[in-house]
Amino acid sequence: MLAPKMLKSLGISSEDELFEDIPENARIGGIDLPPGIGESEMVEEIDAILSKNRTAEDMPAFLGGGSYRHFSPAVVGEILSRSEFYTSYTPYQPEASQGMLQALFEFQSFMSELTGMDAVNSGMYDWSTALGEAGLMCGRMKHGSKFLLARSVSPERKAVLRTYLKGMDAVIQEVAFDQATGRLDIGDLRGKLSDDVFGVYLENPNYFGVLEEEVDDISAAIGETPFVVGADPLSLAVVRPPSDYGADIVIGEGHHLGNSPNFGGPLIGIFGCRREHIRKMPGRIIGATLDAAGRRAFCMTLQTREQHIRRGKATSNICTNEALMAVAACAYLASVGRSGLMTLAGSNMEQARRLSEMIGKAGGYRSPIFNASHFNEFVIGCPLPVDRLAKSLLERNIQGGISLKQDFKELGEAMLLAVSEMNSEDDIRALVEAMGAIR
Amino acid sequence: MTYRQASYDEPLLFELESMDAVGKGGSSPAHVPERLRRQSLNLPDLPESTVMRHFVRLSQMNFSVDSGFYPLGSCTMKYNPKVNERLSRDRRATCIHPMQDVSTVQGSLQIMYELEQMLCKIGGVDAVSLQPAAGAQGEFTGLHIVRAYHESIGERRREVIVPDTAHGTNPASAAMVGYDVIEMPSKDGLVDCDALRSIVGKNTAALMLTNPNTLGMFEKDVLCIADIVHKCGALLYYDGANLNAIMGRTNPGRMNFDIVHFNLHKTFSTPHGGGGPGAGPIGVKKELEPFLPVPRIVKDGGGYRFSYDHPKSIGKVRAYYGNFGVLLRAYVYIRMNGGDGLRDISTRAVANSDYLMRRLEKKLDLPFGGRRMHEFVLSGSKLKEKGVRTLDFAKRLLDHGVHAPTIYFPQIVDEAIMIEPTETESLSTLDEFASAVESIMSEPAEVIRTAPHNTAVKRVDEVKAARDLIFSYRALVDHDRLERQRNSTS
Repeated sequence: MLAPKMLKSLGISSEDELFEDIPENARIGGIDLPPGIGESEMVEEIDAILSKNRTAEDMPAFLGGGSYRHFSPAVVGEILSRSEFYTSYTPYQPEASQGMLQALFEFQSFMSELTGMDAVNSGMYDWSTALGEAGLMCGRMKHGSKFLLARSVSPERKAVLRTYLKGMDAVIQEVAFDQATGRLDIGDLRGKLSDDVFGVYLENPNYFGVLEEEVDDISAAIGETPFVVGADPLSLAVVRPPSDYGADIVIGEGHHLGNSPNFGGPLIGIFGCRREHIRKMPGRIIGATLDAAGRRAFCMTLQTREQHIRRGKATSNICTNEALMAVAACAYLASVGRSGLMTLAGSNMEQARRLSEMIGKAGGYRSPIFNASHFNEFVIGCPLPVDRLAKSLLERNIQGGISLKQDFKELGEAMLLAVSEMNSEDDIRALVEAMGAIR
Repeated sequence: MTYRQASYDEPLLFELESMDAVGKGGSSPAHVPERLRRQSLNLPDLPESTVMRHFVRLSQMNFSVDSGFYPLGSCTMKYNPKVNERLSRDRRATCIHPMQDVSTVQGSLQIMYELEQMLCKIGGVDAVSLQPAAGAQGEFTGLHIVRAYHESIGERRREVIVPDTAHGTNPASAAMVGYDVIEMPSKDGLVDCDALRSIVGKNTAALMLTNPNTLGMFEKDVLCIADIVHKCGALLYYDGANLNAIMGRTNPGRMNFDIVHFNLHKTFSTPHGGGGPGAGPIGVKKELEPFLPVPRIVKDGGGYRFSYDHPKSIGKVRAYYGNFGVLLRAYVYIRMNGGDGLRDISTRAVANSDYLMRRLEKKLDLPFGGRRMHEFVLSGSKLKEKGVRTLDFAKRLLDHGVHAPTIYFPQIVDEAIMIEPTETESLSTLDEFASAVESIMSEPAEVIRTAPHNTAVKRVDEVKAARDLIFSYRALVDHDRLERQRNSTS
């Protein structure tokens, strides 16, 4: 209800007058929702609802596949809770928004170092939409009707790419993986490459956690065709940057750098490219410049690629992105530092190797299923239906890995398991013992 | 004038000195195959105190809703209740992997399911998907639904119509889905039904409309517009960016829209995070429900689960199910306000805007007659008389400790200044803003042209940024080296 004073100053006798432009037969009397509730009541109710969840802290959990759980130092949470960051809008007025602009520039700088790309934007919605956008960008770089995609890519991301490429009526063709190593089948790639292919996408490590060792041969086979590489930024602390082996575009996911799995969102997509492709790139980019007094300053740049200027001819429709997640990643990388990141990548990798060995000895499991180097996850072959295994683990309060049965039928009863520093020795022992006991 | 923003010459993290105590170590694992092993990694190693101070200083150089008035038109920068933050940071909300067994995420699914139901009521639609990550992705999703719908009846329509006042995302989304964009000129700020009749046809797939439009004017002929669109077999799309104006007074369904997206980070108070995350759920009328993205959330036997068995679905537009952290905040906001509270929010948003407009239209031109709703667009053309542009005026407002309005949009208004005060501002804040505008109008042109003076940095050279293309610390180092070389040789 408006105060009488307000009505008077607006020169109206009833607040309905404010809405008189709405035609009578489009009006409604109100919204059929219950009355509002107070803050304390709401807090209690949310507490009751959320208590129906079981978190990865309540049970050993070994899920990965694009969403990972890592420890985030307290300082990251403190930085993120600065409301100067989280209640600001897109930095359209750079003079008043240097803080966010510099933080995003630093995010870009971190990602440039890790990926080796000349330009990394300030973030996409997630890895999957970064892939969709990369597909569309390849279409701007080269004519063609066919996009090649490694079969060893996450089904979530494949599904999103299909939606994105529908807009340009492109055909997506999968490139097989070697059944023994899980790595890309280069022969199959060579056979499928043609003038009509406008882009190739490969992940390293791939969905099976397998490191693609033959990237130089792959890159040579691809030649001039736009080459997109997807990578977990954590792996890039110890693995060669994709710029090293000819990637034109590098994408990935960054939510696990300082943030939580969040039930799948918010996440943050990483998107970088080589200098020569910058103007074809989607998303916001922060550039360094000077202010009128000659001091260093930052602002959004190359906005002529973006929807609010270029409208129907923009490189993408993206407007709202995941800026705060970029700040989180930046704060995380700053606090763990170079040495912390390298150590983490190395120890996660070692943990995965150990766990896969232990499961291999638990009896009946092929672990890992692929004879290859893995990063922080791996695929096992199960002696029993994978769904039954998952269910039995859950009954023992263990959240196992992702079943691959539906999306990778050729692997049989297979499960993708991920491990990180968040899995204690006890967790690992519990998993291995349970797997040995379940039949 | 008392506002002064903090101003530090804060180095980049990469330029901050590493502390020896932190060490330069970092073991590279032997298990990375030789041919894939990384040779060097140039990242800083900093003590925690340095990192914290760095970001606190940066935050102090960042204007936000919690710092002051943020009347950025079309962005609905309302104050965000803190209870949202407290609840959304609960570990039982954040520490959930999206692929967990469905029996372990019943709480999250309940929130999502109930939020869908509530958005149906607010939007006057029959089904909602929470998957899209932002408003623009909601548009993208909605237009894929349009495309799938027409294909399902054997049609491949090529054109999407948008008014010239539309948000830039509308034509950009249409193009991404493979449509040709037809821009329709408005008449006196509104859609002209005769003009619309002359451009619709068998090739029209959809008309995208936001109502009230970006001028803050309600499209009074909306029912007639819907009729024209539907008669030619096209669909009507509602861009929900301006929903804050009409809650409880009308809704997109009642206005005969077929598809609508909601900007939870605008109307439903979730903070903007410096550009995101947001969430752009999409709602549709019954006959379009089969086309919604998968998975859908269904409730049966007292439990919630995901359902993928929807053969007509457009598929997925992003990984997993939506920006849950944002969805939870919106859920809390809607529950705490209730139906009547939401209606009251729109009333106050419109009243605040009307109040401010009445004060400012005496100083600056208000193009087009009639009422405005939650926002209004002034023209800064009058400023030109004193040799000042809207851009300068906006920069000078920053000196008063308020954020500038949206400028140069919509493009049909010369030197546009687009103001949306929202319902969370007090009359004294609105009065102070109006006084700031008045005082700037009487200032010498030179003071305005050189603004801002009180922010962290002076006017930023955006042209230089677009020329130099420096996007990272490494590029900055390279650029500075080249500059030095150039200076030493000349």
